[in-house]
Amino acid sequence: MPEKLQIAKYWGAGCGGCDVSLLDTNEFILDIAAAADIRFWPIAVDGKYADLEAMQDGELDVAFYNGAVRNSENEHIAKLLRQKSKIMVAYGSCAHLGGIPGLANFASKAEIFDRAYLHNPSLEAGNKVVPQPVTTIAAGELTIPSFYKRVYKLDDVVDVDYYLPGCPPAPAQIKPVVQLLVAVLTGKAEAPPKGSVVGASDVAVCEDCPRKREEKKIKKFYRPWQIIQDPERCLLEQGIPCAGIVTRSGCGVRCPNTNMPCRGCYGPLPNVVDQGAKFVSALASIIDSKDPEEIERIIGDIPDIGGLSYRFGLPASLLQRRAEQ
Amino acid sequence: MSFEPKIVSFLCNWCSYTGADLAGTSRIHYSPNVRVIRVMCTARIDPTFVIMALEEGADGVLICGCHPGDCHYTEGNYKTMRRYPLLKKLLADYGIDDARVRLEWVSASEGQRFADLVNDMTERVRELGPSTIRPALQSDAVER
Repeated sequence: MPEKLQIAKYWGAGCGGCDVSLLDTNEFILDIAAAADIRFWPIAVDGKYADLEAMQDGELDVAFYNGAVRNSENEHIAKLLRQKSKIMVAYGSCAHLGGIPGLANFASKAEIFDRAYLHNPSLEAGNKVVPQPVTTIAAGELTIPSFYKRVYKLDDVVDVDYYLPGCPPAPAQIKPVVQLLVAVLTGKAEAPPKGSVVGASDVAVCEDCPRKREEKKIKKFYRPWQIIQDPERCLLEQGIPCAGIVTRSGCGVRCPNTNMPCRGCYGPLPNVVDQGAKFVSALASIIDSKDPEEIERIIGDIPDIGGLSYRFGLPASLLQRRAEQ
Repeated sequence: MSFEPKIVSFLCNWCSYTGADLAGTSRIHYSPNVRVIRVMCTARIDPTFVIMALEEGADGVLICGCHPGDCHYTEGNYKTMRRYPLLKKLLADYGIDDARVRLEWVSASEGQRFADLVNDMTERVRELGPSTIRPALQSDAVER
């Protein structure tokens, strides 16, 4: 009887949906519990940072890190998990590409603090309290993690072995990935090359999308709520910006199948350097006009091209963040 | 030392590169700040190229193609005409000054126009000063 696998899961800067996605594998979670000791998983099992610190290097077999790296606590745990684990998996869009929290890179730390703590309609007027990393009181020093100037993806701070994309990863993909890792660790399967994106395919979402594709020529962009769409036809052809064309498949076409455009959570296709730049290229190409003024007008239908193009991957883009003013 | 802008210029093979060549064969003097990359058509210029040039340290990017209606491939420059404004909107979100990236149409006979454009762009970027993108990204890796 081989010893049980030792695993850990951590929640960095993210929404916690990735933690839930593991539970969304339903009864398979029981198989995981049977095959592995969950040594550390703040949302589900007890375990303190001190327990993690006390472990020997390489004592854990797999660490799943979900969430981006937003503050010093995230980085500290990411580094600890890397040190204590044989395999480090970036779990979900935030760890893989920076995710939704990564959109904060369009704003500076000062702007974020101003909005959150100083000038916000829900604050008491005249509030001047802004969290400080260190506060001195009579009993001594109190510390909280320090907030970084920007959001980082996991592999900006530690070495990552595999990436499991998705916001959150599809349960149908989580199961085979966990099974593969178990097989690798027990010597029953060969390890995928380091740096691989696992639990996803190498083609665009369009390849798996059942919608009918004809000609892509549009005179207006719509936001999903502005139009009653044809459920059979390609969303892009109806003027709804759908990122399926520039996004890796493997999700099971979850969004287009429920009449929502793909938002790009599985990240860029293999060999694509910058997913958002590709999306800009694709979106502009379908505009049916040769008149610069009309083109401007059509483009004006898109209120937030930065947020649309990099909804899940701003820290993984070439420019990563807004330039300093 | 005074600041000399580095400008990456993507020129379409059929009109603008030939126009730049004409500037050279006509012995027109223009700023040496431009680094020319010849592409077959402006439609070949993926927005990634422009973004990558900025990321690698270019202070400005100048894109030149055939005048609308003159494209060697009939429609290529119209593709650029559509992509460019959307790319500019994206670059604005990144906080990149409007004057750092520019699209102009230059025909094969417009050698003087090409030289004037390069001079004008160089001066405008010189006024803006060096791009902070590359040093900022380098500092992000060290200083969180």
